Amino acid sequence: MRLPMQRPPRKNPMLRTRAPTLPPWGRSRVALGLTAAAAVGRFDLQQCADCGALQYPPREACHVCLSARLPWKPQNGAGMLLSETTLHHSNDLFFRERLPWRLGLVRLDSGPTLMVHLPDCTPPAPAPVRVDVRLDRAGQAVLLGLPIKEIEHMNDDRVLREMGCDPKFRKVLVTDGKTAVGQALVKALAGAGADLIWVGHAEPWKKLPGLAELSALPQVTLVPLDLTSAKSVTELAGEVAGKVDIVINNAEVHRTHGIATRRGVDAARAEMDINYFGLLRLAQEFGPALKGRGADGAASAVAWVNLLSIYALSNYPPHGTYAASKAAALSLAQCLRAEMRPAGIRVVNVFPGPIDDDWNQLLPPPKLAPASVAQAIVKALRDGVEDVYPGDVAQEWLARWRDNPKVLERELAAGEG
Amino acid sequence: MAKSTRKGYAGVAVAVPVTVPYVRYSTHGAHWFLGQVLAEMLRQSGIAKDDIDGLCVSSFSLAPDTAVGLTQHLGLSPRWLDHLPLGGACGVVAVRRAARAIQAGDAEVVACVAGDTNHVDSFRASLGSFSLFARDATYPYGSGGPNAMFAFITAHYMRTYGARREDFGRICVAQRDNALATPYAMFKKALTQAEYMAARMIADPIHLFDCVMPCAGAEGVLVMSEARARDLGLPHARLLAATERHNAYREDPIMVRGGWAMDRDDLYGQAGVRPADIDLLQFYDDYPVIVMMQYEDLGFCAKGEGPAFVQSHDLTRAGSLPTNTSGGQLSAGQAGAAGGYIGLTETVRQLSGLAEGRAVAEARLGLVSGFGMVTYDRCLCTGALILAAAD
Repeated sequence: MRLPMQRPPRKNPMLRTRAPTLPPWGRSRVALGLTAAAAVGRFDLQQCADCGALQYPPREACHVCLSARLPWKPQNGAGMLLSETTLHHSNDLFFRERLPWRLGLVRLDSGPTLMVHLPDCTPPAPAPVRVDVRLDRAGQAVLLGLPIKEIEHMNDDRVLREMGCDPKFRKVLVTDGKTAVGQALVKALAGAGADLIWVGHAEPWKKLPGLAELSALPQVTLVPLDLTSAKSVTELAGEVAGKVDIVINNAEVHRTHGIATRRGVDAARAEMDINYFGLLRLAQEFGPALKGRGADGAASAVAWVNLLSIYALSNYPPHGTYAASKAAALSLAQCLRAEMRPAGIRVVNVFPGPIDDDWNQLLPPPKLAPASVAQAIVKALRDGVEDVYPGDVAQEWLARWRDNPKVLERELAAGEG
Repeated sequence: MAKSTRKGYAGVAVAVPVTVPYVRYSTHGAHWFLGQVLAEMLRQSGIAKDDIDGLCVSSFSLAPDTAVGLTQHLGLSPRWLDHLPLGGACGVVAVRRAARAIQAGDAEVVACVAGDTNHVDSFRASLGSFSLFARDATYPYGSGGPNAMFAFITAHYMRTYGARREDFGRICVAQRDNALATPYAMFKKALTQAEYMAARMIADPIHLFDCVMPCAGAEGVLVMSEARARDLGLPHARLLAATERHNAYREDPIMVRGGWAMDRDDLYGQAGVRPADIDLLQFYDDYPVIVMMQYEDLGFCAKGEGPAFVQSHDLTRAGSLPTNTSGGQLSAGQAGAAGGYIGLTETVRQLSGLAEGRAVAEARLGLVSGFGMVTYDRCLCTGALILAAAD
């Protein structure tokens, strides 16, 4: 295939939109360890804690010393493509619709032999390659044999595009254009080659800073969208839901209260109304439309991004009600992910640490620049990962939470954020 | 040649080779095919059902039953029972183990049977659940079944040893020629080398005639003592040698040899013969590259000489080294686990005067190989038998 990819032709409205199919998604429980690492963009294999032997396919016992201690460890993926084939026949509907399909057998320098998908840009066997992992359209980890050196426009290769959610040539809805993150996102998406960007703003009568600059971009259309209003969401869905390929829900309300610092539930209700119910309203209107277009050509519907918060993992008492609303949104996003899976639509959850904005004024640095959050989201879409923790604070919280969530809870209760 | 240290197989006979004719699709279940093969064995041998005191069963489509469920289904009360989920190696391994039961006196007549049904969607449905490793690490990659893995092995073999598609064509064309006289073969139309070369691509470099056709059918033999076979007046072959090996050469990053190479000195040592003494070969033939590897791994030529070997031999029934004289699975079809018996029943027929219109002249010694279960990147089970005509 020729790189870079060309703009996909306009859709012929007379033709039937193909129903989405998925590659086989059944895996054993132990093999889901590969998917768990791939969801955050890491290529891990099991490595025996006793003798060091690498394991693949995933195992319950070390194939050398029979140890059951097989933790997942990051791999560099260096290996040799020993042989390859191009399938011209498949028994599976997903691959049948995508033939011919290139596959390889790679021996990693570290030992195991792996079956991999081969993009067209990978040199023919025998050749050194770099094995990496991606989530496929079913959301399960698969291995790829890639060229040793990144090549220009590699993400345009049809196999990589099939695995990722690249915004290039796609139509995106950003639900809130008035925030700094929203405006940075729109610019980053335009830079990444998005075809059209609908940018929501809840109060179209207000001239908010930055919106004029955004609407000057040729890809951008400002649209009225108020996530607290079912009517507003329904009206916008009626206009654009059938065309949106990527939904990025960045709208949020953030107040800095715990339980005792403010009487009544008004502020907490406003947070829930956008952060939780807003997502629910949006998902009910836009979810089915995206699911119907999961296989709509080279620029099909592919992804749904939720801007959550690292506080969704464990409550941060100074921002306690906000954290609770983000935890609710995380739980709902998991439900959305399960419901979008049959159509191959990836749900990407973004868990930033404190963003450098007014509501985090009193938090010490490091704080995330809005542009960094935007770049992290675009990169997540390109790489096709499912959970993103941008910035040092988020990474540190994640490490502490993974190590022991109860210890983190105690540390946060003691004010050791 | 190294002398084998294991106990020999003297005194064991393999008799009553039966094939339930292959059909592309069937609405029957596996139990029907296994029942029919047993019924035909009893009919041909005159043995009463209750005299079958050993049973060995192989089938991919018997679930939720295993061999023990089959005993109740068929009304048998064996005192020796085995279930071998070894695919293409099940016939060789069944005979090897049944022979030990006979020698030990654990059983007197062992029915070794394999059979499968094939519904329209059976093959596709079986691929994703074939093995844990297949589900986790091969089926999600194109879902091409074993074609993709054997394409890797074939392409690698071609590059390493200079084999050409024409060389594999020699094997496939000769086997088709052999199949023309086999009553139960699925393919009864001659295949030319030009047709082989022009076939459509399945998984480069594997083309249509490199693949077996899944079908339904069953095969079986009776294993007993030579004395018993003689008493019953049953034509039979004598078992001279048997080996099995699983997950051989597990450090090879890609399959270039099978477990036969590990055990061939033992095999020929038990039988006291050399490869040159063998009159006919029934090599497991899921793909022609595996047939070619077996000429090497079973000592008919050196590693890498397979292509030249098949070019310099006529592999048909009348040729210099008759191979897969029934047409093998490549031309008769692959009836599931019965594919692990097709070479066994054919060898017993050839060595005991039952090959009717397709007998290999003066055949006294036959070699049968088995090869089964692509759980990930290679077939794990290998085995071989050497059988001789009765004196």
